[in-house]
Formats: sequence, structure tokens, C-alpha cells
Amino acid sequence: MSKRKVKETHMPVGECISQVQMILRERFCHQRLPEKPVGMESQHKHLLELLRRTAVHGESNSVLIVGPRGSGKTMLLNCVLRELLEVKDVNKNVLPVHLNGLLQTDDRIALKEITRQLNLENVVGDKVFGSFAENLAFLLEALKKGDRSSSRPVLFILDEFDLFAHHKNQTLLYNLLDVSQSAQAPVAVIGLTCRLDVLELLEKRVKSRFSHRQIHLLSSLSFIQYLDNVRSQLSLPQDFPDTNFYDEWNDGIKVRHFSSYPQLVDVLQRHYNSSKDFRSLHLLLMLALSRVSASKPAIKPTDLLEASRVCMVDSKANILHGLSILELCLIIAMKHLNDIYEGEPFNFQMVHNEFKKFLQRKSHSIHNFDKPVVIKAFEHLQQLELIKSMDSSTAKIQKEYQLMKLLLDHSQIMEALQKYPQCPTDVKQWAMSAFG
Amino acid sequence: MVRYFTRLRMRRIYKWGGRPYIFDRKLKSYGFEYLNMSVEGQEAVTTVTPGQYILIEGNDDEYPFVAKLLKFFGDESHKQKKALVQWFLRLSEVPQNKKLLLGRSPHPQEIFYYLGRACDNEINAESILGTVDVQHVPEDTPFPEPGTKDTLYVKLSWDTKAFNVLDPVLMQDTPASTPPKPALPLFPPCASPTATPVSRGPVRRALPTPDPTVMRRAGSVSDTRATMSAGKRSTLEAESIHSASKLSASKILSAKRRGSAADTPGVRKKLQLSIGASPGKKMTRADVLCELLDEEMESEKVISLKLSSSVSHSLQHGCSLSPMRSGCKTPNGQRRFPWKLSSISLDRLSPTALGEQDLSRATTPSRRKESAMAIRKPALGVLAEEDSEDSPMQPIALTPRSKRKSAQLVSLRIRKQLNLLDNTQELISDGDDDCFVPSKKDLQSSSDEEKTDSEEETRGRNCKTSVRTPCKTPSKKKDLQSSSDSEEETMVRKTRGRNGKASARTPCKTPSKKVTPSTPRHATPSIPSRTVPARQPGNILEEARARLHVSSVPESLPCREQEFQDIYNFVESKVMDGTGGCMYISGVPGTGKTATIHEVIRCLQHASDMDEIPTFRFIEINGMKMTDPHQAYVQILQKLTDQKVTADHAAALLEKRFSNPAPKKETTVLLVDELDLLWTRKQNVMYNLFDWPTRRHARLVVLTIANTMDLPERIMINRVASRLGLTRMSFQPYSFKQLQQIITSRLNKVKAFEEDALQLVSRKVAALSGDARRCLDICRRATEICEHSTSHPSSAGLVRMNHVMEALDEMFSSSYITAIRCASLQEQLFLRAVIAEFRRLGLEEATFQQVFVQHRALSRVEGLQPISVSEGLAVCQRLGACRLLLLEASRLDMLQRVRLNVSQDDVLYALKAVRD
Repeated sequence: MSKRKVKETHMPVGECISQVQMILRERFCHQRLPEKPVGMESQHKHLLELLRRTAVHGESNSVLIVGPRGSGKTMLLNCVLRELLEVKDVNKNVLPVHLNGLLQTDDRIALKEITRQLNLENVVGDKVFGSFAENLAFLLEALKKGDRSSSRPVLFILDEFDLFAHHKNQTLLYNLLDVSQSAQAPVAVIGLTCRLDVLELLEKRVKSRFSHRQIHLLSSLSFIQYLDNVRSQLSLPQDFPDTNFYDEWNDGIKVRHFSSYPQLVDVLQRHYNSSKDFRSLHLLLMLALSRVSASKPAIKPTDLLEASRVCMVDSKANILHGLSILELCLIIAMKHLNDIYEGEPFNFQMVHNEFKKFLQRKSHSIHNFDKPVVIKAFEHLQQLELIKSMDSSTAKIQKEYQLMKLLLDHSQIMEALQKYPQCPTDVKQWAMSAFG
Repeated sequence: MVRYFTRLRMRRIYKWGGRPYIFDRKLKSYGFEYLNMSVEGQEAVTTVTPGQYILIEGNDDEYPFVAKLLKFFGDESHKQKKALVQWFLRLSEVPQNKKLLLGRSPHPQEIFYYLGRACDNEINAESILGTVDVQHVPEDTPFPEPGTKDTLYVKLSWDTKAFNVLDPVLMQDTPASTPPKPALPLFPPCASPTATPVSRGPVRRALPTPDPTVMRRAGSVSDTRATMSAGKRSTLEAESIHSASKLSASKILSAKRRGSAADTPGVRKKLQLSIGASPGKKMTRADVLCELLDEEMESEKVISLKLSSSVSHSLQHGCSLSPMRSGCKTPNGQRRFPWKLSSISLDRLSPTALGEQDLSRATTPSRRKESAMAIRKPALGVLAEEDSEDSPMQPIALTPRSKRKSAQLVSLRIRKQLNLLDNTQELISDGDDDCFVPSKKDLQSSSDEEKTDSEEETRGRNCKTSVRTPCKTPSKKKDLQSSSDSEEETMVRKTRGRNGKASARTPCKTPSKKVTPSTPRHATPSIPSRTVPARQPGNILEEARARLHVSSVPESLPCREQEFQDIYNFVESKVMDGTGGCMYISGVPGTGKTATIHEVIRCLQHASDMDEIPTFRFIEINGMKMTDPHQAYVQILQKLTDQKVTADHAAALLEKRFSNPAPKKETTVLLVDELDLLWTRKQNVMYNLFDWPTRRHARLVVLTIANTMDLPERIMINRVASRLGLTRMSFQPYSFKQLQQIITSRLNKVKAFEEDALQLVSRKVAALSGDARRCLDICRRATEICEHSTSHPSSAGLVRMNHVMEALDEMFSSSYITAIRCASLQEQLFLRAVIAEFRRLGLEEATFQQVFVQHRALSRVEGLQPISVSEGLAVCQRLGACRLLLLEASRLDMLQRVRLNVSQDDVLYALKAVRD
């Protein structure tokens, strides 16, 4: 690379590389919020306005942020909160309470967590709360005491909102939303969920108390924008210490470099077709980044291609490559059975028969295996979850007669056979042939 | 008062005595001369005759009801034993919100003559516990200080609206109002020592006589202070202090001076005593008083100098206060003089006596008893039944505690006057923590010495008791060095006094700590208050938004006039008649059920304040706000009596409360919101709720709310539904006109909406649900949209049609179509594959494997590279996560079944639009 010969760098290349790795990894692993959420300006404005009104005017509100996984719900909220807390008036005036439906699996735990985060337990000294009922009454009492103008607004942030709807009677949601609709302490209830049908989960009384504000985060990103995103995600920030390295790095990911590799554009198009969200993109870029080193101080299109190959690879392909010939033969037998019986389940005996037929008629290279050996191979396949037992009561039926189904697609089997090292030709032919 | 408690455990036997006489032929009722009651297994027999004051079994074992017996009567069989009584109230029986009307802290043994009509004056004679001694205290006489436990004092009457001065005729027209002669010897087993009335006698008799003279004398000192009764004066004082908090410090000072000097009964009593004992010295004493009260600033030094001559005495007796003085009432005026001075000046310098005096009437029973005992002890000295364990502590402990409380007391009074606290229990528990700040303000406004003193108090409080004594010395020394010679003397006195107190402080603190344990019961949690006040709405749109918020309480509730009237009439009639009843109210969410009932209660409360209907009590529970149906008992009991017990115990207590013929009970109106959540398998909670109102003595009106009209038929078993009765009401969903009216009335002439826009919203909501909450929320959102659409927020105009349309779109439009349009290409392809597979199978369900085959074929048609199975599964999972697809558990891998959560037409519509 000619780049290494430019000697005006302030830092050694290794230093630069480690800086780059750190900055980009932070970005890809969602450790640091972006300066501005991309592609969701109106939603950002709406949410910020809403929370600002709660913080400044003491207006109670409730809102749901809905969007598919990886669409940036939490990022949006965190950006808004960061911006909100930068305002001087608001800074000391709000009490955020973070709850997560995966952590607070029932109302009792959620109430304890709220009490803890609101620092209310100091009112009762170090006394541990007695019952759930006491706890609820205590919290409601606390919220009731407040009023619009004098008490601090509380922001309840409910991550995985849909899981809270599964709590018994939806007591927590009812009470939070009821507070938000009555003249008590000002609260904002912010729910994050990826379920589009979340409102249908709410009980009618709870639903009536919800303000029906929903902020949808659905990205309508075009491919051009997607490419821009890839670039902006890879580019270094302005304040990178070494300007030369900064220029080179950012040059390296310019448009012309991309478009000169049609293969690369294809790969990115494929990723774009598959999903538009940032999570999968970050995964790809992370893999590419890990190939950058001091001896190769730039991301090259080949890195991205390689990363994409790793990303796209079928999860079962590797397992198939590691199977023995006997196990592979059994799978081929199962495939034939599937063809014959149109996807009906099979048992070991059927597979074994099919396998024996193959041995008798066509095989030249494969020895006859004892039945216990075949059973062992069959069980191994089951452990690998390439086949799955259909009936739940496994104990009652003998192993040989349990009904099984194959968890592999034809294409996967054929592909595996193609790549299988030193696969006997007769086995291949058997697999290709129409019927056993 | 523990002995009543023990007596309850025993079985009592009642027998008529004397010759029966017929007084009503028609009803065949007989009158009786007296009633003999005895305790099973004991010899002693108590005779109760009409005219005596009696104790009647009530809810509270420790404080039985008090009444005067008017007449005994019964039926022919002589089995039924009834009595007519005239009730007396304890302060604890006065409704919480009316207690403040008293305007002063009550005497612990004070009762009030009951003039109301709400209480049945006919009682069951078998609920009589025994006799009690009741003394009438004329209006402007202080309560006798060293009273015994058994004597109750009546001074005022209570007519459910206000406290009035009791007409002495009411008390004197009966023969038995003189100190009881027959009752006392016959008093049941654990009667108090007979010595009590003897020791009490002279004191009591001595007091009332010089009263007018005293008042006149005091009037010459300062007219405003003396002409008023103690109660009024304290009101005035508290008010002035309250107002003074905004005014200058000098005003506070004067208020404080007035309060500390004139208010304590102790002071007045001293005056009386001195007048009674040596009339010749009247003038000098009055002069001294004048000096003390009016020239406070200058006189301080003089007095302190005077005091220094009798330093040892003044401290000692200043601590022990009035009881001691009354005990040492010798004709030797010479000796008494300096003492009195000292105690008065102590009153003034640090409001010690004030605190102690009023604390003895303070609120929680335990405290009250403790301090009352403390006062009594040095005076009587011979009460053998008291525990010997706390007796050595008490004389010492008295001063420090009173000193601290004196600070509390000032703020306590202010708070009471300001209605800040409605609960006396809280009052005490709060006192230790919160009350200190205002009291500190008071102290700061007075002399410097006190300032340091109060600061020390605060500091000591912060660093807890143990640190107290050591940390005191250095600061004291600093004070000494800086002070001038003349002040030094006072300082020495003070420090000496404080040293003595400091040593005593540590032991006394520990028990007082125990009195206010930090249990959740008394804890008053609250959200911390904000540092910057909430901003008020700036423009018309913000104003409209604030008014349209569901939480803002409207001036009136439009569109529910008929329902309002019906509920009002129902509750009013029950309250008037003192009967009970149930009502069931149904209606879909957001139709104003709870709001209407609250409105009714507000009106009724107003009516009862205006004396049009008897007072009643309103309690509200909500099925959603409890964790378990049985918690309903706990919450009801807690709101009724402020007790906190377990659910089972609460059920038992409530059962007892509502089924026993407790006299003097006001009607309770109970609102049960979200009734359906109180359903249990045995339905006992609902059963009880509906059964209590049917009891004769319950006086309970139950209003229940739920959503479905046929709830009683659907979920209640017969005996529950039958008790609920047929008084039902159903709230219809609002029509569009009503919704429009609701919005207009809320906006109340704030011109923010176009007329058509309002109509659109109300029509839309009325067509869907008729939920007023929804309607208001949409309007609120429309104002926001309007605000954003205009370029500068200051010139925000009317909310127009298009804004409302946008808001409606946001809230009502299904997001599925948009979601499908925004999905990635593979996801869209997968949805098409699902539909294709459904069509092939003719079923609405397929396995992933089958769909994937279709997907692969489709992607070949579209000219896309086929994706691998894992990628396909990932696509499928993403669609499942946002519920466009319904999936089985993902461990089934390729065999999981797939269903559409949207209609096929929607999917096709959305996808077609994409391609165009």
C-alpha cells in the first residue's frame, strides 16, 4: 500500500488502527449514541416535544414507540432523553424510571424497581417492604400526593411494553396510565415495543386510559440512502487525532471505490433486500472491521465480500460437512422417504430399510453396517437436531419406531453433498436419483 | 384506661332493680329505677341509675362511648333492656375535617355534649360498661390540671357543625351531676383508689371562684389577650404567625411573645393562685406581668438578672411546671414569688411551658397518656399502680422533651390551622422530622442566644443522640467568650441548665424514638418536588391543550344531568334516612361513570357543609388498584379507621363494625370501582360488600361500577346478585352531540378549534366508541399538529379540518399497511410466498418449509438470488416479531407453522401499491 509511505502521520499506524477499531466498535455495538438519529426527524421532534411538555409544563402523557426490531426505538428515545436533559430547566426536574419487560416479569418486581429508582424507600428507612399490596398502595399514595405544578415529572420508560400487558390484570399499566389521566403527579409513560398489534393486548379499561399516541418507526430507506448509511457508519469522526490517516480512511470508502466493485454493490444490495435495519448492517461491518490490521490499514471491498459470505452462510451447512458417510447416507435415505411419502414422518426402521436397499443394489464402496451402529448414527443425527421426533411421549415407543421428521431442505442436502470432501460417487448418484 | 379493656373480657350480668312502672301502655314498655350490673364470678355489684354518666361499649376498647343515662325501659318480659341516653363525644369521634374547628388542642379527658340528631339515643342497656365521673367546666375556666383518669370534662357542645359553649343548664338539671356519691363505692373490681377524689377536690373547687377577677385583672394587662378564651387566642396566634411568615421578623416576634406569654393555662393559674392567696400583692404581680409581656426586649436583661438571684430554684421548678406548683401551694407568698417569675420568664425565653402544656393534650393516645402521667406524678405522687420502671426517668425527662416539643408545637399549630394535616396520627409521626424547619425560623427571629440554641438542636438532631453531649461543649465555650459580662451571667445559667438537660437528653430520646417508628404505615411517601415551577400555558393552543387534558377537572359535567340527578337522589335519600343500599352502575370505559359519582359526592359534601343533610363519609376503592380482591377489606378499614391489619382481620373488624348497633355512626358512602375484579371463586368479597348495607345498623351506601351491563347475571351467584338489588344504571356511550358539548364546555370560550373540526372529531369518536377520553386525546393531538404546522409558534391559529384529519389518521389508521410497505424486499417476498402457499393448500396455515419452497420460486421469478434457509428463517422471525405473521415456537425450526395476522387483501393491496 502506498498509504504507508506518506510519512506525515502524527501517530504510528498501529496506534491509528487501534483508535479506529475503538471508535467503530463503539458505534457498531451501540455503545455510543449517534449525534442525530438518521431518517426519523419527525418522530424525533414529536417525542421531544411531548417529553419537553411533560418536563416543563407538567403535562401527563402516554406514548408508544412501535417499530420492528433494530429500527432504532431505544436509540431514538435515548437521543431524546439526552437532548432533554441538556436543557437547563429540565435537567434536575425529571425522574426517569427504566423498566424492561424481560427483567420485570411481574408487577411485584416492577413495583419494587420503581420504588427503588424513585428513591422512595428512604421514606420508610431501611425497612424492607412487606407485601405486594402494601407496595402498590405505597406507590399510588406517593403519586397521588403530587400535583401538576409542584412535583417532579416522572418518566416511566417501559421497554418491551407488550410483556407488561401479560401481567395479571395489567395492574401496573392500569395504574400508570390512570395516573397519567388524572390530576396527580405528572408522569409520562413511554412504551417501546416491536409488536404492531400491541393495542389489542390492552384490556379495554387500560386501553381507554391510554392516549393512543403511537410513534411508528418504519424505515422507508432507499438503496442509495442505505449505501450512504454504510459509508457514514464506516467513516471516522472529524475529531480523529491523525488528520492524514483520517483523510486516507475516508477516501478509501468513497463512492467510486464502491461502484468500481460491482460485486460489492451486489452484496450490499442483497443485504439491503434482506433487511434494512442497522443491526444486520453493523454485524456485517463489524466482521469487515475485524480484518483491518496494522499491515492492512483500510477496509477493502474484499473484506466486505468476505464478511458478507460469513454472514450469509447457512447455519446447517457446517454441521452437514462434519457428518460421517453413514450419517450422510441416512439423511439421503430420509430425503427419499420424504419424496415418496410427501413429507410424512418416518421412523428408524423405514430409514434403515431404505439404506439397506441402497447397499444391496448400488453400493460398491460402502460396507454393510450392523444395525446398532446405524442406530447410533441415527441417534447422533437426532442429537444434532437434524431430525426431530414428532411425538412427545418418547418413552413409550421403541426407539426404532419413533416417528421423525427431517429438519433439512432439499437444497441444503444437495449443497452439502457438492461440498462434502471426497464423497463417494455412488452416494452422490443415489442422492441425485429420483426415487430410492 | 386499660381497665376497660380488661373488663371487656369478662362476662357481665345485668339485672333490673327497683319497681317497674309502665310509661307507655300502647307499647307495653316499662320503666325501671335502676340497673344492677355485676361481673361474673365477682361479688361487687354496680348500680346504675338514670342521671349518672355511663360508659358504653363501642368500637374502641380503650375509649368507650360516654353518655348520660336518662331512662331505663324494657318490655313486659323484662328480658329486653333498653336505655335512653344523652350522648357525649370524644374528640376522636368528631369527623377528621371538623376537628380543626375546635381551634385548640383538646384536653385528653375532654368530651363534648352532643346536640346532633344523627345518633340514635336509644341503646341496649347491656352495652353499658360502667359509670364515669363527668365534670362540667365553665367556658372560660381552664381544665383542672391534676385530673384523675376517671374524670372526664365537658366544656363545649358539638352539634355536628361547630363547637358551641355548653349551656350549664343542660348539665345541671340532673341530680347526679354533683360528684358521684353512690357510684364510686360500688365501682367495679378495679376501681381507682378512693384517695383520688379527695386530693382532687380542693383544687377543683378553688379554681372556678376567682375566675372573673382574674380575667379582669388580665384585661388590664392587655385587652386583646385577656378577653379571649384560650381556644380563640391560639387560633389567632397561629393565624398571625402564618401571615407573619411573609412579613417582617418583628411581627413574628410579637406573635410569639403573645403566644408564649399569655396562652398557657399555667400562667393563668398562677395568677389565680396568687390572687387567691394574697390579695395585697396583686398590684406588684400585675406590674411584673406588664413588664414581662410588653417590654420584652428591654426587660430581658433585667429579668435574667433577677433570675440569677434564684437560679437554682428557677431551673428546678421551671422544669416541673404547674403540677408541682399546685402541690406546693402554701400561704407563703414570699417564696412563691420568685418561682413564678422564673417560670414565666422561662415561658418567654424558650417556649417550654407552652409545649409541655399543650402536649399533654396532644394527639396519639400513647403519647398523651405518657405525658399526662408525667404531669400527674409529681402532683399526686401516690399512684401505686403505675409502673415503677419509668418513674425515675420522668421528672428529668420532662424538660428536654418539652423543650424540643415546644419547637414542634408552634409549627404543629400552624399546620393544623392551615389544614395541612388532616390526620392527627401523622401529626405526631411527622413532627420529629418536618416540623423543625418552621420552628427554627421562629427561633431565629428571637434573641441570639436562642438562635444558637436552636442551631445546636438541629445539629444534635442530625448527628443523633449519642453525639449530642460531646459536641455541645466547644460551641458553648465560644458563646461564652464572645458574650458581654451582663450576658455572661445568663449564659452561665443557661449552659448550666443545658448541661443538666444534655445529660438527661440521652436516656429520654430512646423511648421517644420508639414512638415514631419508621414503618410504612405512617410514612408519607411523595415524589420530590421540582426545582423550577411548571410553566403556565403561553398561547391559546397551549391553554386549550391544558383544558382538554383528561385530568383537568371541568367546572361541571355536561351531558350527564339525568344520571347525576338519579345518583344524587339515591345517595341523598339514603344519607337522610340513615339507611343503606346498593347501586350498580355500568357503562363502557370513558363514559364518565367515576367522574359523575365524584361530582355527586362533591355536591353532597357541599350540602352537608351547608347543613342541609347529615354528614357522611366517602370512601373509594378500586378493584384495579389492589393486588388481590381481599385487599378490599384492608383498604376500606384503613380509610375508615386508619388501622392497618391483615385481610382476614379487617374483614372481621368490618363485619363487627357494620353489624353491631353502634350508636353515633354517620353514613358511609362506599364507591367500588371496577367491581368485576373483586370476583373470587366463592364471591365472598362481593357478598360482604352487598350484604353490609342490608344490615340494620350499617348505614352503608355502596355504589359499584363496572363495564358490562349484565355483570350481576353473568358472574355473580344468586345470593350475591340478589343482595345487589335492582337499583341499576347504565351509562350510554356519548353521542356526537354530547361529545361536542363536552369539548366546547371544556374549552370554555377559548377559541382554538374550528366548529367543523370539532364536529368531525366527535362524530368519528361517537361512531367508534363514544369514549370521551379518546375524543379529548385526539383534540389535544390536533392542537399539537396545528402548532407544529405553523411556522412560528406565537402566531398559532385555529385548529382546522386538516389538522384534525391528520390526528385522526394517526390514531385510527392501522399501521400494518405502512409496515408492509416499509418492509425489506425479502420480507415482502415472503409474505407473497405465504399467500401463494395458502392458495395452493386452500388452508390459512402452512409450515415454514412449504412457504420457503414458494419463496424460492418467487425469488427466481423476480430475478433475485435465492437466500439460504437460515436467512429465510430470520426473515420469517422478523415478520413474526412485529406480528405480521403468527408463528409457532422457533425451536420447531423448519416445521413451525405460519399464519397471517393481516388479511390477505391488505397484504396484496400494500404490495401492489409498492410495485406501482
